[in-house]
This record gives sequence, C-alpha cells and structure tokens, in this order.
Amino acid sequence: MSVRTLPLLFLNLGGEMLYILDQRLRAQNVPGDKARKVLNDIVSTMFNRKFMEELFKPQELYSKKALRTVYDRLAHASIIRLNQASMDKLYDLMTVAFKYQVLMCPRPKDVLLVTFNHLDAIKGLIRDSPAILNQVDETFQQLTEVYGGLSAGEFQLIRQTLLIFFQDLHIRVSIFLKDRVQNSNGRFVLPVSGPVPWGTEVPGLIRMFNSKGEEVKTVEFKHGGNYVAAPKEGSFELYGDRVLKLGTNMYSVNRPVETHMSGASKNLASQTQESIAPNPLAKEELNFLARLLGGMETKKPSDPEARFRLNLFATEEEEEQAALTRPEELSYEVINIQATQDQQRSEELARIMGEFEITDAPRQSASKGDDLLAMMDEL
Amino acid sequence: MVAADSEGSKDPGARMFRRERSIPLRGSAAALCNNLSVLQLPVRNLTHFGVVHGPSAQLLSFAPEGLPLAQRQLHAKEGAGVSPPLITQVHWCVLPFRVLLVLTSHRGIQMFESDGSIMVYWHALDSGDASPVQAVFARGIAASGHFICVGTWSGRVLVFDIPAKGPNIVLSEELAGHQTPITDIATDPAQGQDCVADMVTADDSGLLCVWRSGPEFKLLTRIPGFGVPCPSVQLWQGTVAAGYGNGQVRLYEASTGTLHVQINAHARAICALDLAPEVGKLLSAAEDTFVHIWKLSRSPESVSIEVEHCHGECVPDTQVCGARFCDPSGSSFAVTGYDLAEILRFSSM
Repeated sequence: MSVRTLPLLFLNLGGEMLYILDQRLRAQNVPGDKARKVLNDIVSTMFNRKFMEELFKPQELYSKKALRTVYDRLAHASIIRLNQASMDKLYDLMTVAFKYQVLMCPRPKDVLLVTFNHLDAIKGLIRDSPAILNQVDETFQQLTEVYGGLSAGEFQLIRQTLLIFFQDLHIRVSIFLKDRVQNSNGRFVLPVSGPVPWGTEVPGLIRMFNSKGEEVKTVEFKHGGNYVAAPKEGSFELYGDRVLKLGTNMYSVNRPVETHMSGASKNLASQTQESIAPNPLAKEELNFLARLLGGMETKKPSDPEARFRLNLFATEEEEEQAALTRPEELSYEVINIQATQDQQRSEELARIMGEFEITDAPRQSASKGDDLLAMMDEL
Repeated sequence: MVAADSEGSKDPGARMFRRERSIPLRGSAAALCNNLSVLQLPVRNLTHFGVVHGPSAQLLSFAPEGLPLAQRQLHAKEGAGVSPPLITQVHWCVLPFRVLLVLTSHRGIQMFESDGSIMVYWHALDSGDASPVQAVFARGIAASGHFICVGTWSGRVLVFDIPAKGPNIVLSEELAGHQTPITDIATDPAQGQDCVADMVTADDSGLLCVWRSGPEFKLLTRIPGFGVPCPSVQLWQGTVAAGYGNGQVRLYEASTGTLHVQINAHARAICALDLAPEVGKLLSAAEDTFVHIWKLSRSPESVSIEVEHCHGECVPDTQVCGARFCDPSGSSFAVTGYDLAEILRFSSM
C-alpha cells in the first residue's frame, strides 16, 4: 500500500490525543500553568525536527500496537502519568475518531484538510509559545511539500491504506452515539444528504451527446439521496478556511469522553486469531519504534513531584473497573509476543509495551549495533 | 431539453429489488475497488464469490437455496518485505477451455485453478525502476480470448498466454500505454464478432486505452482523463463504460473515443461497475452507499448510445467496495462493503 501514510496517521491521531488530554485537564481542574506545560511538552516532542524527519521517510504502516507505544511515550513526555486503563481508552478514542474522519472525507485529498484542521487547533493550544509554533509551521511546510502535489489516485491509495489500518475497529464512543454519528453496533452512519465533494456534480442527471459532441438529450433520474452542490473548496494554505469540519475539536468540558466496549463479535474474533499467530514482524516493528522514538527528545521533569496522574474516566473507581472489564480481544497487550521464539526479545518488548517509567539514569553511549531495545528503554 | 424522470410503472425496465439472505464472510471486505468477483455456473446451479479481506482473500461457493457449500482462504505469496503483502484484487478469468482464478498483490500475480485449490503460476513483480515513494503492486485483471491481462503499478499491462490446460503459462507481451497505476481492465464478452475493439484498460489518472487483442495487442484509441482516477471500466458492444472518482459514469464509443453519455450517477467515488451483457444492463456502485442499474441501448438511427436509469438501491451506512450481477439477465446482484463481514444480495421481485 502507500508508503506515505504514516505522517498523516501520526499527526491526526496526535491531534485527537491533544484534544482529549486538553479536555481531561480542564475536567480535572488542573491549574492553567500546569495544563499548558503538559500540552507544550507534548506538542514540542511531537513536532521535534528529528522525529519528523524519521516520520516522513517513506515507509509502510506498522501495527496498531506498535503505534500505540509511540503515543504512550508521547503522553509521558509531559508531566502527566496515565494508567494502562486510561491509556487504552485514550488510544481507543483517538483511533475511532480518526477512522471516522477518514471514512467521511468527501474526497481522498480532504484527509490533508483534516490534518490541517488538527494542526490549526494544535497551534491554538500552544499559542503562547512561539518556538513551538514555529515547529508546527515547519511541519505544515513539510506536509505541503510532500502531499501538495500528489494526484487524486495517490490520495485514493493513501485513503485505502488508512482504511485497511482501521479495518474491523468498531469501538463505540459516547459522543458519537449521542450525535448519531455511530450506530449502536459501532458502525458509522453514512448520510446520503448534504454537499457533494468539491469536483463532483449533484447526482441525478444523464446527458447524451451526438458524435459531434453536441448535447442532444438530458434526462433526470431519481438517485435516492438528497445532495446539494459543494459551496467552496477548503484552503490548503498555511492559513485559510478549511470548510471541512472533520478534524476540528469535538470535545468540550461538558461533553465527556466515554467509550463502550463492544461485546465479543465476529469481527473481533477474527482479529484476535490473527494476533495469536506468531508474529514474525516483531523485530521489524521494534526497529521502527527504535528509529522513531530515537528521534523523540523527551524532557525529564526538573521536579519529580511535578508529575501528576491524569484520569480518562470520571472517577478512580471507573478507571479500575475499566481495567478489570476490558474484553480480552480489545486488550492492547501484545498477545503474540508469548508465541515468539526469542524469549529475551519478548521480555524486553513486553516491558516496553506495558507501563514503563522514564528513568533519570544517564544512558551509557551505545553504538547502533547495540541492543535496540535497551536503547529505547533508556530514552 | 430536459425530460421528466422516467421512473415508475411506465418504465418497462424499472423493477423493485428485495434483500436476499446475506452470505457471511470470515473476514470483512477491504476498502479496495472492484472488491467482489462472481463466477456464475448456471449449469451446476452454483455461484462462486471472491472477496479481498486484506492479506487474505476469501472464496465461497454458494447454491441459491442452501447455505454456502465451500469456503477457502488464499494468501498472497510472501516475498522479501516487511509486512504481510496485501492483496489488491481477486478475479475469475473465463477462458475458452478453462477458468482460472487470478490474485494480484503487492508482490506479484498468482493464478490458481478456479476453486483456488492449486496454484498453477506465479509471477513476481519487478520493482526495478520504482522510486522509494512508489507503491509496487499488480491490479486489474481480465481474460481476453486465451490471454489473461493484468495491470501493474507502473502502468504496464502484462499479457499472459494461457494454454488449454496445465501450468505452462507464458508472459507473452507487456503493453505500454499508461504512465500511472492501472486500476481496472475489461474485455468485451462478445469479442470475435463485429467488434474490433475488445479490451479497455484504465488507470489512476483517468486515462482509458482501447485495444484490439491478438498475438500482438494493438492500441486503437486513447481516451484522456480529466484529473480523477477511473477505478472501474466495462466494455459492451463497442461501448466503453467508465466509472470515475468524482461519481460520474461516462460512456464512450470505443473505436473513436467519442463521449456519448455523461451520467452524474453518484455523490462519491465509484468503486465498481458490472455488466449483464445479454440484456445490456450496467451496474454502478460507489462509496456513497448507492448501487444503480442502467439500461444501455444503441438507437438504430443515430448510432449513438442511450442510457436509461432502471433502479437505485441504497445500502445503508455501507461504503460499497464491490458489486456484481449474479445472473446473466441482471435480475440479481451482490454487494460488498468496507468493514462488512458479509456479502449482501438483492434480487428483483
């Protein structure tokens, strides 16, 4: 599939993560300066130049589990601390939201507008820090360079790659259920009304031409939907009206972020089957993570007491309950690792994939040939 | 002139369709185009279905009254690479003396006996001149006489010469005509008769190439695109039917490339077209959740092509990714949708 998908996937999921964390910080009444510090730290880590360089290299997408590790690390690049249950929920919300946005894009190219919506909002969250704003603008530049000239066909391939990545994900999100954006079975509602994509005509017309190219007959037909013409095209400039609402912040203090765990379903069963089989890609995924996280410069907090726990749930009890009742098949535990032959590698990976602490111990200089896993653990 | 909508009882082609029992799939359908292949075997009262899930494809045998009879999963042949190769398309090719199942992926082209039991041929893709940012894959499959034509990421179309039986399949020609990845290939079911043009290839830029098959294929016409991909194409009695990424269906005269009909058919990208050649019915399906059936005809006086709309079906909340007629008279069709682990069936009442 397309090898240019990762930057779009990462930035949009990252944007959703920031929306949710911002909402939780306000819901938990975290003091303004602390909240700002959290967001600033995460954004500056996300948009770090070295990290972006790794991200933008042409590469295939890795698994959802591998990607989750990156966000786990990203969240903990700030002074917050997330329990497994909260991190799971955070990742669930991020992935469902972006899946929805990709699915709903009127044109494949609109996924770039969704990305710009996220970037615009991120800039709003860190507007007091010009240095970080600059980093985000540079990434904007890079996105325009890489994606600005792509054809509709190439965007179609990117869209298909993203949808394959999100295939069979049916976690239900409260906000989506309430807004009737998701059905109770987790499937998204696809409206058959509203504006058509830019460049598409409203369906319902058959035009017939003779061999000279003259229009000789026009017939209308009932197409079944209720569409109207597109008002205007969204802007792909650094600043501009994106027109599209997908990718803007749908959370606010009054709209809580709840998920419902779908019961075991056929789709989930098939997904579990695939992950139980021994995964020969674990090594490749580790290399990918090492490269990506190696570019991530994480700041150590000067005062260890400054760290605080963020809860994605309304109460501690709910968080505990969620951890206990999360269905097996939706666990982000690396089930496949137990099946790999290399015991040492699987132990290291299990440690990294699970909760981990950022140690303050200085890292001994390690050559590239050293155990990549050890390197990652000390970042 | 704008004629009134011709739907309703006075339109002889209009029918009502009802939902039949769905066929469950082991894995959901992937968000690809042309993601349903149907092999009708009326003599045995069987229908075969093929759907791509991702790294695997599923084949099913179905008898009308009963439950699915047989089920098989195929995987893309592994090769050098980082992740399990994804399948782009699965399609049955009906040749004069045999039927082969062709599977295209990001590694190459596999050909199987029609039930998928034995692989008879493997062709690895040559990614030699691909830049690091280009995806390498095969996509677009059609049978033309005793040839099977398969498209590739570079725009080249590979022509394989298929013997009446056995695995001695030979790559006989590589057709140049496209510069962007091939999306779909169609051949005229009534070839060998009056038709000169009997194959059309389509690509991501919307360009269509019309060919005459033979020991050497000859490029007859080029029909330029207009900035959107053409994911699906059909050929019927000298008429090219093309579905585009902006929801339009266009009909062209194959030999000259003249545009005869332009239908604003769908509100999102078209993902599949199919033909019921005996009755001149065309089926279009798109990501807007709709399937439409059209009746094509050639008016004797003007020698141009006419189209009328027969039926529109909404498949609620489903981003359709494949659709096919299930019988030669076009009175039943099947649909697959992204994330949907079943094949939906409709037949007319």
